[in-house]
This record gives sequence, structure tokens and C-alpha cells, in this order.
Amino acid sequence: MHELPVMNGILRVVMKHAAMNRVTKVAAIQLRVGKLSDLEEKWMQHYFDYLTQGTVADGAKLEIEWGDVVMRCAGCDREFTTEPHTEAFGICPHCKGKGGKILSGKEYYVKNMVAL
Amino acid sequence: MSDNVRLIEVKENILDDNEKVAAALRARLKEEKTFLVNLMASPGAGKTSTVIQTTARLKEAFNIGVLEADIDSMVDAEKVAATGITAIQMRTGGFCHLDASMVGDGLDAIGSQDFDLILLENVGNLVCPAEFDTGSALNAMILSVPEGDDKPLKYPLMFSVCEVVLINKIDTCEHFDFDRARFEEGVKKVNPSCTLFDISCRTGEGIDAWVAWLKERTKAHNA
Repeated sequence: MHELPVMNGILRVVMKHAAMNRVTKVAAIQLRVGKLSDLEEKWMQHYFDYLTQGTVADGAKLEIEWGDVVMRCAGCDREFTTEPHTEAFGICPHCKGKGGKILSGKEYYVKNMVAL
Repeated sequence: MSDNVRLIEVKENILDDNEKVAAALRARLKEEKTFLVNLMASPGAGKTSTVIQTTARLKEAFNIGVLEADIDSMVDAEKVAATGITAIQMRTGGFCHLDASMVGDGLDAIGSQDFDLILLENVGNLVCPAEFDTGSALNAMILSVPEGDDKPLKYPLMFSVCEVVLINKIDTCEHFDFDRARFEEGVKKVNPSCTLFDISCRTGEGIDAWVAWLKERTKAHNA
């Protein structure tokens, strides 16, 4: 469900750049998606295939790089990388403090596209 | 790669468009002296009940409007309107969240400039609404006790974007083995400055404290 509007946003960006670069066929799209996103790779591709039918991006493969969650510790002010959905999530490895501000990990970023 | 394959640098955040529209809405609402609260929760957490309890206590102080988002029904708006509060139902047409442009349409429809406070009841879901900025000045969420104290660990993004969390149905804690301290620890992990209120829409417990806080925030925004 949620994949659909997000994939629509990705397609909008792709179509804009395809038009700017006079691309006739997009072979692949390189994305960076934060690990805090609940999107599933399989469903992203599935919805993308549905949305791109008949466009220059028809059949384009999504290449997803999952972006780490980086937080700044509320206790010692140092930055750390943390793995969501694990026991250690949000625990600062430096001072063992619990929690802080999320600096990254929620991005949806179109990096590059491969055009034919 | 063969010669006829090109790599095109895009470097674009797909949420940028929505964030621009949201920022413009926030500026407009500041100008209009209208405090927009984006209320998020799971289905059944008590969003509509909280809206009704909150507006009942603030309707003397402020002109209040309510925007109800629902995938496809009018039930919530009718319930709120029955209490004498102006409410508009925004049908999201199957969308799982509201984006800033849909909220803009809702604000136009209700005539946002006529209100001091507008409560926006987002679609019931803890995933997508967290990712789309609505243009609100305050993100609030309701977590009800039966949902469990582990929710901040399952939906960290939602808890990280809310300035205030209301723990509803607090009168049922013992029936559901809800560990209040564990819940708070989970919230503070992703959002150390979050404010929490324990409430019960059924008994009325704690609602006054939340309403007093909201009243101060509304006044400060509209000053």
C-alpha cells in the first residue's frame, strides 16, 4: 500500500530527468533508502513495474542501497550507527546512553539512473 | 557497460516536493494565526474520541476546526460535527496517508483563516503518515494501551517525528500488561525531548493536563 505513493514519487523524478536528458529507455535506477523506511524491496519493484508500464522506465530495475540509521547521542553528543529492529537499537556504543536524535536513515533518494 | 549506456546523475530526494508544499503551508498558517495539529495513531487508538474530548474543553477558548482523513467514509466527521464543532471529511481515496497538498485542499475547504486551532486526524496507521510532512506546526500521536508497550521499537520513525505522545486507555493498563516505563524508554530512545501524557477518553483522566499544554502551545503559535 505505502509503496505505491513512494514509487510514484520516484517515477516522477525519473521521468523528469529522462526528459531533460532525452532518454528513450531507462535500464536501472539507483536508489538510496533509509533503513527506517518500512518498504520491502520486492514490493517496491512490483509497484514500480505496475506504474512504469508503457513509459520509458518500463522494465527498469531498481538497485537499492539501504542507508544506515545514524543518531546523535543525547548523553555524550557523539554520533553512532544503529540497527533498527534489534535489541541494541538506539543504544549509544560510546556511553551506553539510551537514545538521541535521528540524523539519517529516513531518506528516499534517487542517486543515478542508467539509460540506454 | 556498453558504449551506448549512460549513467545519469539525479541526486534528488523524492520527498522534496512534499516538504516544499508543507513548508509553504506552515508559513501560511503562521500568518493566519492558525495552529495546525497533525494527530496520528493506529486504527482504534481513540483519535476521534480524543478529538471530541479535546475540543469540548477548548471550544470556549478557541475557534476550532477538525479535518478528518479517512480512506473512504464520513463516520468520523459526522461524530465530531454532532458535538457542534466544524468538521470536514477528507476522503483520501485509498491513500494510506495525507500529503501536504491534500491538507492544503482541506484547509481551503474549511477556511483555515477563520480558526485558531485545527486538528487534523490523519489516516489510522503508524507507517506512512510519519514520512509525509503535512505542514502542521505540531505532530502528535496517540498510542492506546492495548497496542502494547513495544510499539516505539517497531515504529521508530513515527515516534521520532512526534513532539507529544498521548497514552490513551491508560485505565486499562493492568489488563494488558502494559509496562509504562518500558514504553517511555522506547519513545525517548528515538526522541529524547518528547512529552508524554497519560489519558483515558473513557474516564476523562489526564485530559485536562494535555488540553492545558495544547492551549499554551496554541497561544504561543498564534501570538
